[in-house]
Amino acid sequence: MSVANLSYRAVFSLVLKRDLTIAMRHKDDIINPLLFFVIVVTLFPLGIGPESQILSRIAPGIIWVAALLSTLLSLDRLFKSDHSDGSLEQMLLSPQPVFILVLAKIVAHWLITGLPLILIAPLLAVLLHLNEQSYSALILTLLLGTPVLSLLGAIGVALTVGIKKGGVLLSLLVLPLYIPVLIFATSAIDTAALGLPYSGQLAIIAALFFGSLTLAPFAVAAALKVSTN
Amino acid sequence: MWKWLHPYANPEVSYHFAGKILPWLSALAALLLSIGLIWALAFAPADYQQGDSFRIFYIHVPAASLSMGIYFGMAIAAFTSLVWQFKLADASAAAMAPVGATFTAIALITGAAWGKPMWGTWWIWDARLTSELILLFLYLGVIALQNAFEDKNLAGKAAGILTLVGVINLPIIKYSVEWWNTLHQGSTISKLGRPSMSVDMLWPFVFCFLGFILLVSVIICIRFRSEILTRNSIRPWVRTLVSQHLTQEKANEV
Amino acid sequence: MSANLAANTEPALISASNLTCIREERLLFDQLTVEVNAGDIVQVEGPNGSGKTSLLRILAGLSQPYEGDIFYKDQLITQSREEFHQNLLYLGHLPGVKGEMTAQENLNFNLTLHGLHINASEIEKTLAEVNLTGFEDSLASHLSAGQHRRISLARLYKSTADIWILDEPFTAIDKQGVQSLEQLFKAHIKQGGCIILTTHQDLLTFSPAQVKKITLDYMGE
Repeated sequence: MSVANLSYRAVFSLVLKRDLTIAMRHKDDIINPLLFFVIVVTLFPLGIGPESQILSRIAPGIIWVAALLSTLLSLDRLFKSDHSDGSLEQMLLSPQPVFILVLAKIVAHWLITGLPLILIAPLLAVLLHLNEQSYSALILTLLLGTPVLSLLGAIGVALTVGIKKGGVLLSLLVLPLYIPVLIFATSAIDTAALGLPYSGQLAIIAALFFGSLTLAPFAVAAALKVSTN
Repeated sequence: MWKWLHPYANPEVSYHFAGKILPWLSALAALLLSIGLIWALAFAPADYQQGDSFRIFYIHVPAASLSMGIYFGMAIAAFTSLVWQFKLADASAAAMAPVGATFTAIALITGAAWGKPMWGTWWIWDARLTSELILLFLYLGVIALQNAFEDKNLAGKAAGILTLVGVINLPIIKYSVEWWNTLHQGSTISKLGRPSMSVDMLWPFVFCFLGFILLVSVIICIRFRSEILTRNSIRPWVRTLVSQHLTQEKANEV
Repeated sequence: MSANLAANTEPALISASNLTCIREERLLFDQLTVEVNAGDIVQVEGPNGSGKTSLLRILAGLSQPYEGDIFYKDQLITQSREEFHQNLLYLGHLPGVKGEMTAQENLNFNLTLHGLHINASEIEKTLAEVNLTGFEDSLASHLSAGQHRRISLARLYKSTADIWILDEPFTAIDKQGVQSLEQLFKAHIKQGGCIILTTHQDLLTFSPAQVKKITLDYMGE
């Protein structure tokens, strides 16, 4: 037995592995938000009508709004069970830096919920007759944008995890923060449909990604300290 | 600066200080607002393009600026509270939030009311109105979070973190909405533009603007005092204050 | 209310000055001073709702007091967080055990997170100490609440931390388990550690003189 200071990388992979193990043994958490994503998207043609022209015009918005909502739905699992069984306070009391723990949990959350969305998005794009030129833009915006959703969402969950009925409150806190991602992502997909370059929008989403990557873990750490109080 | 600020970190001192400046603020606010509003609504010339409906700007513009300004005020309060553990700053942020939300709503309603004769419709996805709407959501989020915690101290801290996250996002949201608006410009008719103002429009405007700032300070001051009282309800000085007030009331009844 | 008034040149392992705690507009304790040195075992007592758990959480740094500071070896715990946590083991009401992981995985994760690397056979031995032989590979969701509790208590047997803060460690443990835990406590304070705990029953194998007490009875007014 030895006491050693863990490197940041060791702490990160320890927590990441733990969260992925838990998710793999509790697959509902992965599948349910994904099903929600698919169902919400299929509702739109039923509500609007099957004209492919209208559908392909609104497809980027529908897919992205559905992605926002299903991320929102899955956010709860990020800290809720850890908070209610006491493992969150044990993590906060460990000698490891909180922002590393938090970052590992957010990355795990994205791998569990964000990545499957990206994998299934092309299928939904087919259902909505998305312009063929837009596929790569759809994937790229989701790839850069869904981590931002997980990062910003984590702040909201961290703030509401101690509140009994935090679910509705969470959406009120988090959705306004998602607006810039939504605007730039859908615009990139629209621009791609016209055959124009959309690297500008991608660059802005990338900036949002790096900005939230550096700042969100600290906000989450501060918020968790309040919530476990 | 700390030495000067130090006595005001004491809730009792702040409470009485706010009480002392309140009548002066109120008097000045009433004076400026009545001059400004009467001048603006009755005597200032009508706009040559928009006619009398332009006058709603005398309320809309101050409300819109204040809605942003109060949010920044809250962010500064949240920052001082989180960094220097300055508890009164939480109380002041809690005092500001509903006032800011109200002024955001006023800016939205007056903007829509101006839009009706101009555009023929109550709502248009104009960049500034849209940002104002999102700002209202941010305010409501902060207020909802403040109310969700039983413990006022925790509520203040949580709301403070959210306010700071919001204030970083606010310019990004504003920029993205403006960008989105120009992108879809084809569908909008005209922008909620700021007309160039002549001097006889400017002066009543200045009075209105300062009047509204003072009005907001008065309301925040009153709310700040009551926030201090609820947060310190177990303190002896609050108890004596309350019992003094009660005996006075009884004496008045007799 | 001071736990230890004896003069001591070594800085106290954990101390607090002028602690005031308010919960739901009720004053739980006011201007409380605590000092716990190496070799102390301190029992926090008081009726239900008197703030025992609040005090333990404040001392562990999980909750912030309304007023007052907590020191680890004369340093504010907010300023020496890493060292303090390196040297602290807090077990609260909640066991911090994940149902989706086995007993072994749970213990291993918690130990590793606190910087302790232990091989599989030692994990098994440690689980045996808390009577969980045969349950090593069971998912914790198949185990009882008492067994969860014991998984978390197993950490005590491997802990290198000097400061133990334990909230009701004896609940869900049989008499034999209590005795073995108390032996562990004795060894721990002998080695220069300290223990702050709450418990409904009195410690059996400690003489009253050995146990320092903090009594919380400041009920409102």
